[in-house]
Amino acid sequence: MVLAVLLPFPAYAQETEDEKNIEIHGFLMGNYSRRTSNQRPDGKEGDDFLLAEERFRLDVLGWTESIEASIRFKGDLLYDHVAKEFDTDTREVYLDYTTGDFDFRLGRQIVTWGVGDLLFINDVFPKDYVSFFSGRPLEYLKKGVDGLRTRYSSTLINVEFLVIPFFEPNNLPESDRFLLFDPFPEISSRKKEEPNTTFENTQLALRLYRRIKNFDVSAYAYRGFWLTPNMKPDDLIAPTRVITFYPDLSVYGLSAQGAALDGVLSFETGYYQSREDEGGKDPFIRNSQIRFLIGYQRQIWEDFTAGVQYYSEYMLHHDEYVENLPAGAPKLDEYRDITTVRLTQLLMHQTLKLSFFAFYSPSDDDYMIIPEVKYNFTDELSVALGANIFGGEEDAPHFGQFDKNDNIYTVIKYEF
Amino acid sequence: MKKAVFGVIALTILIAGQAFSEEPAEKDTALSAVQIIENSQLAFYYQGDDMKADVVMELIVQGGGKRTRVMTMLRRNETEGGNQKYFIYFHKPGDVRRMTFMVWKYPAKEDDRWIFVPAVDLIRRIAADDKRSSFVGSDFTHEDVSGRDVASDSHSLLRSEKLAERDCYVIESNPKEPTEYTKRLSWINKKTFLPLKEEYYDAQNELYRIFTADKIEDIKIGEGTDDNVFPTVTHRTMKNLKTGHRTEVVYKSVSYNLGLEDKDFSERHMRRPPRSWIR
Repeated sequence: MVLAVLLPFPAYAQETEDEKNIEIHGFLMGNYSRRTSNQRPDGKEGDDFLLAEERFRLDVLGWTESIEASIRFKGDLLYDHVAKEFDTDTREVYLDYTTGDFDFRLGRQIVTWGVGDLLFINDVFPKDYVSFFSGRPLEYLKKGVDGLRTRYSSTLINVEFLVIPFFEPNNLPESDRFLLFDPFPEISSRKKEEPNTTFENTQLALRLYRRIKNFDVSAYAYRGFWLTPNMKPDDLIAPTRVITFYPDLSVYGLSAQGAALDGVLSFETGYYQSREDEGGKDPFIRNSQIRFLIGYQRQIWEDFTAGVQYYSEYMLHHDEYVENLPAGAPKLDEYRDITTVRLTQLLMHQTLKLSFFAFYSPSDDDYMIIPEVKYNFTDELSVALGANIFGGEEDAPHFGQFDKNDNIYTVIKYEF
Repeated sequence: MKKAVFGVIALTILIAGQAFSEEPAEKDTALSAVQIIENSQLAFYYQGDDMKADVVMELIVQGGGKRTRVMTMLRRNETEGGNQKYFIYFHKPGDVRRMTFMVWKYPAKEDDRWIFVPAVDLIRRIAADDKRSSFVGSDFTHEDVSGRDVASDSHSLLRSEKLAERDCYVIESNPKEPTEYTKRLSWINKKTFLPLKEEYYDAQNELYRIFTADKIEDIKIGEGTDDNVFPTVTHRTMKNLKTGHRTEVVYKSVSYNLGLEDKDFSERHMRRPPRSWIR
């Protein structure tokens, strides 16, 4: 029945290209991810499948001739076999307006900053790690922000400024579908505290960018919140509940990307200022950090590209953190680093794509490996098969804890 | 003995005389191979101050299976035969829709290349070293699309020949640095300097790739100036003889001298190409 309703859309997509001021595209996608171990999380959504859903995407673009304005809607209608329910996912919905050197975008929009490949320093926008670890296509890693983006372009300097009144945190794996490390295993009562929508809580993000010599250089500033939750017990001596909260955060950083050494060289750095715990004494609020990234990508032979990155996080006021850490709580290192490798080989006139991505943390001794094969049967129909493999020490709060969630996933997509 | 020496000297003078008498004739009437190739590059890649074309590229497998790529290409010359900037916006297929690809071309050094990925709103640079790599999986390479530096090969004029009723120069080009092919034969039309056919020979000196200009149209420049036209290759094919795969490219609408500016080739327009460009 659902299919019958959807059938006219591909035909409409073909017709409207030339005539009217509207463009409709989309896809029909099946996305399934099964855990390779036979363990299941407790609860009603605990299943062998981390993900089993069909999605219908509608992507509508409309514009006017008289002024440079357009409206865009990008959303999914989905059926989730694990939760056994229908749902909708509004990915983006915004109004674009251009005048002179200014471009405005109002609404829900996906913004990506920084030069890291799956490693983020100045990308201060919410991410959906559940999608990423479960095997959804990469576009689902990014979540839209609801706000106003203003861009000013000139040959001297370009400016991008975002005002985000509504708070949207990262989506992290939870025990309903994932088997993971819990720092407070004895306390089952959980409460989430998210910043209210107030004027003072409006997040602001600024990027200045231009070419300098042969590099694309950006400078960033962000005033908002940690998007990854911090956890604290409601009472230190006799805790009854764990509170998940998002403390204040400012980020200042720089990035540069350019052609060098026969490839592309990328640098990025950022200072994470944890405004509610500047001295580092509160063990439940993340300390301020300095992050750094260097990456290099190069085409080695025809249709084969390789990229490597080195990333590090340095915790400031580590001594104060250790001094104030409650007994038995896991201790985070002062210095954490991650190396990554990405290999991509295209074959058969670029219709077959073999890719391999791996994170390895020398400091934590844990890793995540993502191999994938994707084939385009036709221009419209593609199938991808891949895996998310986690490993390393299980009680650490990073990759190793997902070890029991190794999964194999598949994506079948028909685009129109 | 004396007769023999005299004979040798006479013969030498005769031969030298022939050589001397041939050279000036060549210089006066004919262009050198390098000049022909340079003119060909200007005619094929540098016509007008700028250009816009709606391009349909079909990738055809030996059995007949087809894949289609539809794009709009904009190009602007900074200097004739020198730096260029160009912009390719993809309409089809779905997985590249609304992606834009921008190149700042420098004949003497590596081009700067960027790609805009609309699904995540990200612009990043692309590793651009291997110019011989395939353009979106077609039989054309990136270098075929942007133009190969004249100085990368040594060229020699082999002969003149008619190809489908058109007078052509036949030029042999040999790459100075090892590349996919060892020899390229080009049939350059004497009138328009457009390449009508190119044959590529591999390391075993076997013909493996053929380019043909299937249709040439005179495109008017601007409005109403009837005598100002640029002959443009609007249908072209690249065939790979080894795989039996071929790529057919049609320029659906071509216009020149639109008044594009240098600042139009920017990150801003990669994210948001002006309506007039892509409609």
